[in-house]
Amino acid sequence: MLERKKDYKAWLYLGIPLFLLSVFTFYPLIKTIFISVFTQYDAVENAMGSMFNLDAYRTIFRDKNFIRSIGNTLLLVFISVPISTVLALLIAVALNSIKPLQRIFQTIFFIPYVTNVLAIGMVFNVMFSHPFTIGLVPEGLINTLFNTSIDWIGVTALRKHWMLVVMIYVIWNALPFKILVFIGGLQNISKQYYDAAKIDAATPKKTLLRITVPLLSPLISYILITSFIGAFKSYESVLSVVGGVGRELDRKRWTAVAYVYDKIGIPGLDGNNVSYYSRGAAAAVILFLIIMVFTFINLYASKKRVHY
Amino acid sequence: MQEISTRIDYRKNDRLALQKTNYILRKIGTYTFLTVVALFVLIPFYWMFNMSFQSTNEVLNSASISFFPKEFSPDNYRKVFAYSTVSQASITFATYLKNTLIVAIFSTVGGTFFSILVAFALSRLNFKGREIIFSILLATMMIPGEMMVISNYITVSRLGWTNDPGRGSYYAMIFPFLVSIFHIYLLRQTFKQIPNELYYAAKVDGCSDFKYLWRIMVPMAKSSIITITILKLMGAWNAYIWPDLVANERYKLVTTWLRSSFVDQDSGQGRVLMNYQMGASVIVTVPLLILFVLFRKYIMSGVSRSGVKG
Repeated sequence: MLERKKDYKAWLYLGIPLFLLSVFTFYPLIKTIFISVFTQYDAVENAMGSMFNLDAYRTIFRDKNFIRSIGNTLLLVFISVPISTVLALLIAVALNSIKPLQRIFQTIFFIPYVTNVLAIGMVFNVMFSHPFTIGLVPEGLINTLFNTSIDWIGVTALRKHWMLVVMIYVIWNALPFKILVFIGGLQNISKQYYDAAKIDAATPKKTLLRITVPLLSPLISYILITSFIGAFKSYESVLSVVGGVGRELDRKRWTAVAYVYDKIGIPGLDGNNVSYYSRGAAAAVILFLIIMVFTFINLYASKKRVHY
Repeated sequence: MQEISTRIDYRKNDRLALQKTNYILRKIGTYTFLTVVALFVLIPFYWMFNMSFQSTNEVLNSASISFFPKEFSPDNYRKVFAYSTVSQASITFATYLKNTLIVAIFSTVGGTFFSILVAFALSRLNFKGREIIFSILLATMMIPGEMMVISNYITVSRLGWTNDPGRGSYYAMIFPFLVSIFHIYLLRQTFKQIPNELYYAAKVDGCSDFKYLWRIMVPMAKSSIITITILKLMGAWNAYIWPDLVANERYKLVTTWLRSSFVDQDSGQGRVLMNYQMGASVIVTVPLLILFVLFRKYIMSGVSRSGVKG
């Protein structure tokens, strides 16, 4: 194909970027795995130590906070992702079926994508606010609209309440990308399928389930993979809606990623003679493995079920 | 012979009339559904602006919330710009904005430049190990960044950048995320579509590889390059957890400022000033909205080709 250059020339282009990638992407990837199994890793001296075992994994699986943070993450993943995907599909189909105002709606639905996760998260925080001492400050928008007095996100909020707010926010945030991708997919479907359906007097529901969904199945599986991965990594959205000032987040509300970040910057060993860094690294590896398993399951399932 | 009318009046034909009604009902349903979703999307924005223009007295001392500011107080914004908590006096929005701009400019320019170089080498130059490098990059793209964060923190700490009251803080925020594999991948796809013949023609005319890249390939891939530049810029503007973790107090970014506590300092009750908080949210959100209005096409095309945010 192309004549072989003297190789060094290519390295002039690749040198610096690949060096940076090696230092900040490839090397840390391997190092994290090492830290998770050398359980007395000393971050100050950057010494791996001689304890090579799986204690860090054992410790985190006995750690209530870790189990709970995985639980929170799974709840978020398995409730918000299906809802937002179905909702986005319905919105895209509805958008695709209209002519007037289509572009305006499309632009409105895309706006959440170009906002700051933290800023709008704080808006949700304000909308769901509830005065800590009744009467000191007024109730927030949601409590006023529904005439309730529920502590949605405050320190005394129940799990079901703050989780609901986080999920609404996560769905709000996830819609634009999915709608955009689905609309792209819908516009690629040949019109003749729909004409044929019309001749056969198929109901809109039948058209959706028998034509649109099967033809979009590659896209749906792609969206599911990427949003499962994205939701497994959620942290900032939770932090901004139900967190305190700065990076302060009640440990009951941690996600898996929050657990990892919490272990950064703590030198020394915990009560089980496992370094905090090793625990964080082990949690990161577990998260990575979960994501990998899901990616492969999704890929496998989509190969079997996808109709092209 | 009897004349056959080809015109069908749907009002006189029951089945057609029913079909027509169904059609209209369906349209109404569709528009209602879309309007409800649009409200769901827009209400947070309305609420953000609404609260940001309310006076402190109104936010703290009313019996109920206002759906519209009673006393319109744009003065909030001036106060939010000048706001600094006691512990970090003299660090106001201006400082955070300066830091953010420095980090954003260097990571955007540097990141885009490196992405162009790597994408060029991987799509046009022929050298030993090219396929291996590309496969490694592709495989790494699937791995969550949280895997690297722990080790990267140790690395930047050992380099003396963490909490450094000097340039180190900037380095710690810029270098770990400078090269984006995803952007390299996006650009490589675009570069691959440029026909080889152009390259040979340029070679015949005595054009060097480097010159060919900047004079021919970059202009031809302009829209992809604008897309990754904007994505990079938005990423830098929105970055929070890592910069907040590593940077010195004086070198943190606007997101840290956004997350700081805007508290009513006069009454001594420590009540949160939601109007200031929402003002800060507006200040962080509006530049992004402007960027969106200006580069809507590029952002939407980049996003539909991507899969990951930022």
